[in-house]
Amino acid sequence: MSTEFFIPDNEGQVPSAAGYFGAFGGKFIPEALVAAVDEVAAEYDKAKADPAFAAELDDLLVNYTGRPSALTEVPRFARHAGGARIFLKREDLNHTGSHKINNVLGQALLTRRMGKTRVIAETGAGQHGVATATACALFGLECTIYMGEVDTKRQALNVARMRMLGAEVIPVTSGSRTLKDAINEAFRDWVANVDRTHYLFGTVAGPHPFPAMVRDFHRVIGVEARRQIQERAGRLPDAVAACVGGGSNAIGLFHAFIPDTGVRLVGLEAAGHGVDSGEHAATLTAGEPGILHGSRSYVLQDDEGQITEPYSISAGLDYPGIGPEHSYLKDLGRAEYRPVTDEEAMLALRLLSETEGIIPAIESAHALAGALDLGRELGSEGLILVNLSGRGDKDMDTAARYFGLYDEEAK
Amino acid sequence: MAETSELTGRRELLAATLAAARAENRAALVGYLPAGFPTVDGGIAACTALLESGCDVVEVGLPHSDPVLDGPVIQTADDIALRGGVRIADVLRTVREAHAATGAPVLVMTYWNPIDRYGVERFAAELAAAGGAGCILPDLPVEEADLWRKAADEHQLATVFVVAPSSRDERLAKITAAGSGFVYAASLMGVTGTRESVGREAADLVARTRATTDLPVCVGLGVSNAEQAAEVAQFADGVIVGSAFVKRLLDHEGDLPAGLAAVRELAADLAAGVRRH
Repeated sequence: MSTEFFIPDNEGQVPSAAGYFGAFGGKFIPEALVAAVDEVAAEYDKAKADPAFAAELDDLLVNYTGRPSALTEVPRFARHAGGARIFLKREDLNHTGSHKINNVLGQALLTRRMGKTRVIAETGAGQHGVATATACALFGLECTIYMGEVDTKRQALNVARMRMLGAEVIPVTSGSRTLKDAINEAFRDWVANVDRTHYLFGTVAGPHPFPAMVRDFHRVIGVEARRQIQERAGRLPDAVAACVGGGSNAIGLFHAFIPDTGVRLVGLEAAGHGVDSGEHAATLTAGEPGILHGSRSYVLQDDEGQITEPYSISAGLDYPGIGPEHSYLKDLGRAEYRPVTDEEAMLALRLLSETEGIIPAIESAHALAGALDLGRELGSEGLILVNLSGRGDKDMDTAARYFGLYDEEAK
Repeated sequence: MAETSELTGRRELLAATLAAARAENRAALVGYLPAGFPTVDGGIAACTALLESGCDVVEVGLPHSDPVLDGPVIQTADDIALRGGVRIADVLRTVREAHAATGAPVLVMTYWNPIDRYGVERFAAELAAAGGAGCILPDLPVEEADLWRKAADEHQLATVFVVAPSSRDERLAKITAAGSGFVYAASLMGVTGTRESVGREAADLVARTRATTDLPVCVGLGVSNAEQAAEVAQFADGVIVGSAFVKRLLDHEGDLPAGLAAVRELAADLAAGVRRH
């Protein structure tokens, strides 16, 4: 049975049996988690072959999430991009406000199939946490979300949303107190509670099968957008652009375009205060291959393999790793990855808000900033597709402080 | 004991040490401390104190920025060591000096990324040159371990794999066939740290592991006092204690002599525990 929204890649770019995309991926996990990770892989393989799973997920993606998501052309914004045409894939319009729900619903169904009653997850900006808390409310699962203490402060609205949905939110105070440390803490929880707990991992990193499975749940983004842009613009885009933290929204957009060799795949990384400043999260620009959170990929690390603390104004991109399939695409030369600073992202955020009436998440604003540069490079004949991975409501406090939008600061 | 022969410090010494404990009809006592904690020299003194006061073997931890398998106590120690600027050269010096001072087998316990980054062959060669007995690599599953095992064999280093209560019998066989020195049996599903009691799962895991191998099986995670050590010694070839030693040093932060006295006292207690019948 063919399905419309759950579209796993069973034949194209799939990892090896050991979970490798070229030199990247694998399964670097403690023995205590091997059985649980293998169970996820086995259950996912069974689910992929089960028409009932696809049918139930499709039903949720249509009637709960609101798929397909819209494709919006943004001509007033594009005037600042050398006149190229720019279309936005509106994952911000999904229920819960970002692409994260695509993966979460798939894994929530998987959790139920495995007979587990408790879900844990990490979150950076809170979008994955909110989506996970939402699915747990929907399925009646116990839910614990780990979130770096720094992020609980800058994304306080999402903390409240998660708690409203009945989830327990645990601020993590170790390390840099951001996404990486939230993942560490979630792994510690999982080792201790693995019998009844599924770790609903939020990005295309982690040990096999997570990179391939989470990508499959997000493939719908690119499959839809590829069809939509051909209908609307009459051709494939010159470039597709997406922000990359762990890389889930980017791989979701890119994947359907990998065989289209005329389409450039452009990932935009968080350069924070600049790649040369040392305060950034530009893993593919400045990292080296290593192992973090269960797989081999590019990693921000020092010369002795200690992970260095990343920085970005965007909590969702503030991560020193990257999904292994991105590392593979980078080394193949099939995808390119560029750094975008805090300032460039924030200016793009304001520009889209003021020209199109769409307030993007700061994460997605990195992709918009990249699109402005791409447009200038491509010229007026250019056609660019950008993944607007999330909406910016959660970022209003950060943006208000950045631009001085609060009354007392405007004085 | 400072004079060492060609083989001492390598995996043969480890095997001989564990065999000697077995010959005394007791479990061996294995202690753990991270290098560089509270300082590099303080850590060397502490590892040496453990070996002088009752530990048969010491594992020197290589502090890591992201110790995913460690509880708060070892996380805190790793943080202190890293803030103090500990480097792999310091870890190797800790191995060298603790071994040279006592003649006892000293292993390194480390997450995989530092070794991957440093160079597998380079680390194995330098660890062997420092007199190290081998490595425990808790986040390197057997499927990913070929490169390390080749280097370890070349330098006569032991490769100690961890098994867990969740490991099924066929996996246990695969893991123990690839390992050397001893098998590290995690007493429970969880991260490092002291526990009120040692899980019943431990005895079952040791029995299932023994069915697959002649290697000694040592039990770690959660053991913090002589009572627990005595209990584990009933069914295991060795008792591994880490967080409890680290906690003694943390309790006396800023007063190294007091910390060393405390770890000596604990090592002596535990050593009595593993000899209780």
